[in-house]
Amino acid sequence: MINVRIAVLSGKGGTGKTIVSVNMAAVAEESTYIDCDVEEPNGHLFFKPRDLGTEEVFVRIPLLDDQLCDGCRRCVDFCRFNALAYVNNRLIVFDDVCHSCGGCVMFCPQQALSEKSKVIGEIRKGVSGGVSVITGRLNTGEASGVPIIKRLLTYIPRSPKPVFIDCPPGSACIVMESIKDADYCILVAEPTTFGVHNLNMVCELVKLFGKPHGVLLNKCLDAYNPAEDYCVRNEIKILGRIPFDKALGRLNSYARIPVRESEKYRELFKALLHTVTKEVRDETVVNP
Amino acid sequence: MRIALPVEDKSMESTICQSFGRAPYFLIYDTESQESVFLDNQGAVSQGGAGIKAAQTIVDSKVKALLTPRCGEQAASVLSAANIKIYRTTNDSIRDNIEALTNGTLVLLDEIHAGFHNHRGR
Ligand code: SF4
Ligand code: SF4
Repeated sequence: MINVRIAVLSGKGGTGKTIVSVNMAAVAEESTYIDCDVEEPNGHLFFKPRDLGTEEVFVRIPLLDDQLCDGCRRCVDFCRFNALAYVNNRLIVFDDVCHSCGGCVMFCPQQALSEKSKVIGEIRKGVSGGVSVITGRLNTGEASGVPIIKRLLTYIPRSPKPVFIDCPPGSACIVMESIKDADYCILVAEPTTFGVHNLNMVCELVKLFGKPHGVLLNKCLDAYNPAEDYCVRNEIKILGRIPFDKALGRLNSYARIPVRESEKYRELFKALLHTVTKEVRDETVVNP
Repeated sequence: MRIALPVEDKSMESTICQSFGRAPYFLIYDTESQESVFLDNQGAVSQGGAGIKAAQTIVDSKVKALLTPRCGEQAASVLSAANIKIYRTTNDSIRDNIEALTNGTLVLLDEIHAGFHNHRGR
């Protein structure tokens, strides 16, 4: 059996996306947790994994040979990220703006541009109980975390152990990259009107990618829940409800993993894992 | 002297735009001949590096000074490589600021903003 890959998303930070992915990975016991929230990876704070090594992530950026450049500016016109400027008979490369598409190097008629490597972040591997914890981190000021995500996803093991991908918040290209290989997407939503707006954005994204998905309602109170209403209206599967609970908040603020400490949460996340696994299986039957 | 200003519309009666990189147009003005030309800012619609693109347009129009309420770090480094001075505008009137420059009362923009490179949530 091939492993199931479950991506956990939310429209913005702070909805409980990390709590959900960390607890699901922990309750699965033998699993892989991949933190793709490379600008603010938090999962490792909960797992406190035993360190198994670090890999640096490089990108290729253009390097100019002044002697060969004749100032035709073809590279400047080509770069759609505007990482190049031509001033006072000199080409300026803005390393932090460059997205490493390689286009300028390819199109320079004088072969004045070559490539050099630059470190933009790192991947840290660790283990916590039966969970492999893989964390990506983007150095501050870098243009894009996408190269780190691409590298992170190569860490998905070929084993039957389930994989949980903690995605960056929002619905930008970096999120698309993170869910590319996922079999199923869990959208974590807060019970507010603003939460619905964010939920709608990620919903559009996963639909665009044709990913089977369901919503997990977090911070639920007894009151009316606009996110639940949204799911019902749009016929989106509700995977479960996590009640708003002070004890959970406390465990969270001490960076503890609730399923490793409390029977109640173990049951809650076990049920959730069961529901999601069943959803994935049903999907593969319908859409092999 | 040729100078540049980020403006909201293609008219001398228009106002100065609060953003340099995302301004829709640039006014290129010659203080001697009093000629004015309006350029589209291609940076305004670009996906990233708007300030760099905008600064490139300013450099290519061969001005000596830019009058703007604010300017990003990367744009400023392009402009300074071309020895273009950056002055801080005092209000949003195009004519007031041109007059202030010719009277020598405009001051150089000293605080350059680190660009907003954060892609989170977008
Ligand atoms: S395309 Fe090559 S030769 Fe032309 S300006 Fe760029 S680096 Fe110089
Ligand atoms: S590699 Fe691509 S993004 Fe980087 S400077 Fe060249 S054209 Fe621009």
